Amino acid sequence: MAINWFKYSAPTTFYGLAGKLIPFFAWPAAILFAIGIYIGFFVAPTDATQSEAYRIIFLHVPTSILSMFLYLIMAGYAALGLIFNTRLSSMMAQAVAPTGALFAFISLWSGALWGKPMWGAWWVWDARLTSELILLFLYLGYIALHASIEDPRRADRASALLAIVGSVNVPIIYFSVKWWNTLHQGSTIKYSGTSMHIAMQQAMFAVLIACWLYVIAVTLARARSIILEREANTQWVNELPEVKWNGEKK
Amino acid sequence: MGERVAGSEMEWREKMNWGEFFAMNGYAFYVWGSYGMAVLVFAIEVVLVRNRRKQTLRNLRLMRDEMGESA
Repeated sequence: MAINWFKYSAPTTFYGLAGKLIPFFAWPAAILFAIGIYIGFFVAPTDATQSEAYRIIFLHVPTSILSMFLYLIMAGYAALGLIFNTRLSSMMAQAVAPTGALFAFISLWSGALWGKPMWGAWWVWDARLTSELILLFLYLGYIALHASIEDPRRADRASALLAIVGSVNVPIIYFSVKWWNTLHQGSTIKYSGTSMHIAMQQAMFAVLIACWLYVIAVTLARARSIILEREANTQWVNELPEVKWNGEKK
Repeated sequence: MGERVAGSEMEWREKMNWGEFFAMNGYAFYVWGSYGMAVLVFAIEVVLVRNRRKQTLRNLRLMRDEMGESA
């Protein structure tokens, strides 16, 4: 049986598919968040040096990882849109950006609230922290640039360039703790293994997967609105039951 | 019941002492400040995405009605 995968790269079919998929990501996300928080707070032991403050790790590490991955995904979609001129890719880049910015913000916020009790400072101009702050500004710059250009196709192209150039910042964030002498510590989980308690690893992993599922659900939902806004004058949009329906009058 | 994991901490696990649990051994502000902000931000995002869909559908219906009247 041949499945035409390219069918789903058309906004028309993707709109319907995304709508069906959202609950399958949203509900497991909520359940996994609950499991991760339960393990993180009720199963994982107290840290010997950081006491209970270390529990910020179950939020800080997954959101930081996501903030970097989402940027690469956004830049990847933007690049596809630029090279192949595919509308849906550009719409997806636009849909990912706000969520990426939120994850960068939570990463910085939880980092500041962790830095204060452990380092004695909310903020230091360390390479890791500074490059993550630049990541947040890149997201905001992308959103602002896209919003400032009236013609959506021109906005796609201009903001794609910004996204692609800015992606050089992601490896800088990732390797900053190796390249420079930073206050921020390096990874505890390495390819060679980890000294972390198994329950701590489980909690972090559960929250990480929950974050991924949340991101997929919320991005698909936002993409559906973007598709409707940008395809507003097409026949298929006007024939959608949710557009045809008129509960307010008649 | 059960063995203690790390000395005298994690009391709430054995006795379910919610007061101690929320105190986070003095780090309550930092721990709950982090998680609280994350919950707030996610909740705001979900509300904004829902509102955007409602607003978009409303605009589409308005556009269609206006076109219908002019035709």
